[in-house]
Amino acid sequence: MFRSNVLVCGGTGCTSSNSLQIAEKLKEEIKAKGLDKEVNVITTGCFGLCALGPIMVVYPEGSFYSMVKIEDIPEIVEEHLLKGRIVTRLLYQETVVEDTIKSLNKTAFYAKQKRVALRNCGVIDPEKIDDYIARDGYAALGKVLTEMTPEQVIQTILDSGLRGRGGAGFPTGLKWKFAAGNQADQKYVCCNADEGDPGAFMDRSVLEGDPHSLIEAMAIAGYAIGASKGRVYVRAEYPIAVKRLQIAIDQAREYGLLGEDIFGTGFNFDMELRLGAGAFVCGEETALMTSIEGKRGEPRPRPPFPAVKGLYQKPTILNNVETYANIAQIILNGPEWFASMGTEKSKGTKVFALGGKINHTGLVEIPMGTTLREIVFEIGGGIPNGKKFKAAQTGGPSGGCIPEEHLDVPIDYDNLLAIGSMMGSGGLIVMDEDNCMVDVAKFFLEFTVDESCGKCTPCRIGTKRLLEMLDKITKGQGTMEMLDEMEELCEFIKANSLCGLGQTAPNPVLSTLRYFRNEYLAHIQDKKCPAGVCKDLLEYTIDREKCAGCGLCSRKCPTQAISVTDYTAPGKRRPALEIDHKKCIKCGACMATCKFKAIYKA
Amino acid sequence: MQKKISSIPFSGTPEQEARLKEVIAKNIDDPGAVMPVLQEAQEIYGYLPIEVQTMVAEGLGVPLEEVYGVSTFYSQFALSPKGKYNISVCLGTACYVKGSGDILNKLSEMLGIEAEECTPDGKFSLTACRCIGACGLAPVLTVNDEVYGRLTVDDVPGILDKYKDA
Repeated sequence: MFRSNVLVCGGTGCTSSNSLQIAEKLKEEIKAKGLDKEVNVITTGCFGLCALGPIMVVYPEGSFYSMVKIEDIPEIVEEHLLKGRIVTRLLYQETVVEDTIKSLNKTAFYAKQKRVALRNCGVIDPEKIDDYIARDGYAALGKVLTEMTPEQVIQTILDSGLRGRGGAGFPTGLKWKFAAGNQADQKYVCCNADEGDPGAFMDRSVLEGDPHSLIEAMAIAGYAIGASKGRVYVRAEYPIAVKRLQIAIDQAREYGLLGEDIFGTGFNFDMELRLGAGAFVCGEETALMTSIEGKRGEPRPRPPFPAVKGLYQKPTILNNVETYANIAQIILNGPEWFASMGTEKSKGTKVFALGGKINHTGLVEIPMGTTLREIVFEIGGGIPNGKKFKAAQTGGPSGGCIPEEHLDVPIDYDNLLAIGSMMGSGGLIVMDEDNCMVDVAKFFLEFTVDESCGKCTPCRIGTKRLLEMLDKITKGQGTMEMLDEMEELCEFIKANSLCGLGQTAPNPVLSTLRYFRNEYLAHIQDKKCPAGVCKDLLEYTIDREKCAGCGLCSRKCPTQAISVTDYTAPGKRRPALEIDHKKCIKCGACMATCKFKAIYKA
Repeated sequence: MQKKISSIPFSGTPEQEARLKEVIAKNIDDPGAVMPVLQEAQEIYGYLPIEVQTMVAEGLGVPLEEVYGVSTFYSQFALSPKGKYNISVCLGTACYVKGSGDILNKLSEMLGIEAEECTPDGKFSLTACRCIGACGLAPVLTVNDEVYGRLTVDDVPGILDKYKDA
């Protein structure tokens, strides 16, 4: 027994700012003070509040230390762990209310969250199976194998209303039912952990923070559809996730929770990892299965659906990590419990990776039906530097930008589709007035052009043509006809592409055209970029009233475009400078060096 | 993305070849062996020159065309060597909206190379990478395994200086 437990976040966000060294230093200091029998240091998964990392929580007090530095450790050990005096100065300041300390669950970031898929992240040591078991781990697998028939399991998942968390929102139970109905000598349970949506990291956090929940759910799925083999397709760019998942699989085998005759019921199930190699299209189910087979990850037409012919031509189900993370909880708490959360057609909770121009970057899990306004302004803490909200982007390269007027729409699968975006895997990127929506559309199109596998023409050539038009618009060479051409081409690509990548690729263009048409018009008609992003449309100008004539900018200018004028502003000793717009290459070096903030771009 | 194919002559050692043969022998019965073997081959050689791909194809009894198809399909496989210090700038959405594009441009300007290229002295290579998941630190870049976060364009010269004489 330990009198105190110190939890240090070991997720990718915090380890990138040295949380593992912090944990080592903690252990060292604790040992030096002779407290190593009393105080335990645990490396956990992600707490969610990545913006404040590295994060460290001391229990039983629940003191939440944020942005911890290695230099702070001796003080925290000496004062807090030895003498029992919390170092208030280093706490997450929102938890400090005058002299008392507020519970973490009452802070704006956590108060509206409901953690189901993330219930163990930031709570247990992901490398210890006993920690997971202590939190009812593998109880659901035990219940399924000993008390339920496969049909009952599928019915439970159907009744819960769980829909796929990977993007399209297909009912999970239905998928299982189809695969269970097909007879074969071998079936497969696959997991899509190839989180390719740039800016989304919820699946990674589950893998890093609670890998056993995935293993347990896949075994349950195996029982339900009659499969004895599982495959997890995980991004090679997630080294920590890969390592922890492998440790978890090995431990589960050692405990007899994977392998033959699990719980003495005669049920066999085992699983393997397969590393992805960086191809966004492998998030599409048929492409993913082709990739597991070691080939180029190109999609193929459906039908046949994977439930009939999937991996190695055998009946296969594929779900994403977050979907699986809900399964054990549904089995243990019942489908009614799960269905009591959320909206009419979207049950349960959804994890979002909040990023971009937002104060509380991180991972949040909210009941379906929460509004975007609550997520951005309450949980997310609003926009930094007093800037104005412009749009929230969901669904990554397949989704769209949601403008301010739709901030109060309750988030679920169907509502997001209706406003031109989609749930996607859960990336939620906030943009402010400094982001140009034409540039954002171009950014996503560059991504899809890069990632289009090239198999079907509408996607391969169509997205390229779209990008060319966007590129012209951002360079001031756009025409009004282009807008109509783009819209027509978008509809064509959506209707004719082979897989989900192409079918959704035009969404970023369509949604920005729909809600931010005025920005396109400004680029085309006025040759201006209102947000000041598109370089070719900017002009740098020196405010001659503010210019002190120091000449720093003209020395930095790579093209000697800055020269002295004959005007000296009142109160200045030297004449002001000016920029020759014909010579200027718009590199911005002058603006970055000016100490008087006399240079602006517009 | 068009892959840059290296023109630097291949210089593999017998030790590397022995390790590759071991990897091939270990995976030969796996029907989906091409990807995992290429992944391990890249760890051994640092990149996948055509000579290595040929060894993999012959070792696994798969047509070279198929191996080449896989190596050019996935972004993880590099057909030209990386520099001693590989700088990856994250161009995931969260980093992009916070200005990582400008950081990549600055690096490209200072090093005199484009993304996916290597400096002539073999010291630095530059990569534009997909989300590494450290969105809380956006914008982010990595130099080998070292992560630099919450960057501005002004931080770039200082970071390069750290490695210039190393």
